[in-house]
Amino acid sequence: MSSRRDFMGMALGGFTALGGIGALYAMKKSWDPLPSVKAAGFTKIDLSSMVENKLAVEKWRGKPIFILKKTADMKKDDRDLIVGSDRYHLSIGLCTHLGCIPAYKPDDKKFLCACHGGEFDTAGNNLPGLPPPSPLEIPPFKLEGTTLVLGETGPEYQKMFDAGITV
Amino acid sequence: MAKFEKASSIGEWLDQRIAVETLKKVMQTEYWIPKDINFLWAMGMVLAATFGILIVSGIFLLMYYQPHVDHAFDSVNYLIMTEVGYGWLWRHIHGVGASLVFLIIYIHMFTGIYYGSYKRGRELIWISGMLLFVLFSAEAFSGYMLPWGQMSYWAGMVITNLFSGGSLEAYGLVEWIRGDYVPAQAFLTRFFMLHVFLMPLMIIGAIVFHFGTLRIPHVNNQEGEDFDYAEAAELYKAGKVKESKVIPFSPVFLSKDVFVMGVYFVLFFYLVFYNFSFAMDPVNFDPANGLSTPAHIYPEWYFLWSYEILRPFSKDIGLILFAISQVIFFTLPFLDRSPNVAPASRRGLFKYWFWILLVDCLILTFMGKLPPTDPTFASIGLVSAVIFFALWIALPIITKLEKKL
Ligand code: HEM
Ligand code: FES
Repeated sequence: MSSRRDFMGMALGGFTALGGIGALYAMKKSWDPLPSVKAAGFTKIDLSSMVENKLAVEKWRGKPIFILKKTADMKKDDRDLIVGSDRYHLSIGLCTHLGCIPAYKPDDKKFLCACHGGEFDTAGNNLPGLPPPSPLEIPPFKLEGTTLVLGETGPEYQKMFDAGITV
Repeated sequence: MAKFEKASSIGEWLDQRIAVETLKKVMQTEYWIPKDINFLWAMGMVLAATFGILIVSGIFLLMYYQPHVDHAFDSVNYLIMTEVGYGWLWRHIHGVGASLVFLIIYIHMFTGIYYGSYKRGRELIWISGMLLFVLFSAEAFSGYMLPWGQMSYWAGMVITNLFSGGSLEAYGLVEWIRGDYVPAQAFLTRFFMLHVFLMPLMIIGAIVFHFGTLRIPHVNNQEGEDFDYAEAAELYKAGKVKESKVIPFSPVFLSKDVFVMGVYFVLFFYLVFYNFSFAMDPVNFDPANGLSTPAHIYPEWYFLWSYEILRPFSKDIGLILFAISQVIFFTLPFLDRSPNVAPASRRGLFKYWFWILLVDCLILTFMGKLPPTDPTFASIGLVSAVIFFALWIALPIITKLEKKL
């Protein structure tokens, strides 16, 4: 008698557990970003109109994108984007500490994050001893002449990615 | 089947069916409260009443609020504030209530710490209380998102980024929580759901649990005295009200609670009508803009102490310490190794531990509000954060050394 009840209990428990796991999976998927969000388009930016030492802020997937045409006296860096004879700094403009937008200080030639005092140089490298743990991130990009396409992976980006310069 | 006779009153009719008399005894007339307590023991009911007021004002806000990124800001700042009759009243009550509920929670917590009301059978009261603290924090944060102003957006950005776990770089998790790369529509609607439904539901459950954990150990008293409740209750019931150490919760003790609530609500409504702006951050009167961070981001005052623990350290260490500070209070009943249940003033080193902890949390709160650029204040913040952890490490040692009273 009791073994029959045990069997019923285990069978019911088993199906309930299965159903529970299924429900959890559905709940997880419901919280996922929607396909329409994921497919958020590509952004094209024209570099030819950029002015030296003046930060341009564009928008890609809701995030601010920093583009800075570097002056000749700014330190060269592997993170720079080279177009013809010009060098650009390109990054996602969100502090790698907790995601505030750093401000560019053209006189000091560096980025300053007001949230917890983080700083970055003109190549996007974080200055030591401050909260941000890593350089500003570089978004996937592709160069088409002087037009920059964000969201697509071109050879220049692939090279940086392989070298571990960005994640 | 149980016997049902013709009832001579509605009370009796109900009693036959759902035992209201027994219920009333267990929860009111024979739920014994010690006499030797002070106004600080009313804070629990003050909290319950404030939660009730938050629910009522919230219901009225909910009738006009629109959880859409294009309309949320206007629905709060124009529709509710200027068009809806007395809409401003509900909003000010809701904002002031959310702020004061934390003030009272902190007083309630430190009362418990001072009198040792978290041990010798009262561990679950403490743990369920901390659960309420965590749930209220989540409730306050999700509510802060709803007006979709600059502080909503950037607090949402910074707090959800905490879940990337520093060097773990779990950005997938962050995007999962947001439902987008940045806080946007999916984010706003899901936090709306949390704020108006899931969190309040869990809070109500946790309050019931908190009350349940109080019933058997009873509340503590000013001397931490452990007396025989059955004996004291017999005395009271025998009419020796003066000699007995207890009074019934309702109606006798509740009338005292109601008096303290009266004083509290005078202050509450003074703030609602004449001084509400402390609960409304001016930066949040600018609509959310993902392309410009406000010059200085800080949370509401009740999160400042833990924010200041995050700030002075490098990212990973800051995150770990922040995570610990969020849960360390749960461990109080187990880190306190002393058997004494007594006011801190009679507990040797613990007296200093208590006052240093209180002052340290206040200093962290003040420092958390200041911009990160001033080096003097930054180092005061760092020292206070270090002291905070030193205190918790010292706790088992100093309480182990404590003499048994
Ligand atoms: C809004 C949330 C809360 C409500 C509605 C609430 C309600 C109450 C009530 C009605 C009492 C009995 C009366 C009193 O001693 O004040 C009580 C006692 C207590 N609560 Fe809470 N509480 C809340 C949050 C907390 C928190 C955050 C903690 C700390 C972690 C906490 C810890 C305690 C302790 C230790 C006692 C026992 C006090 C004693 O025995 O003297 N409660 N609570
Ligand atoms: S978010 Fe930039 S320093 Fe913290």
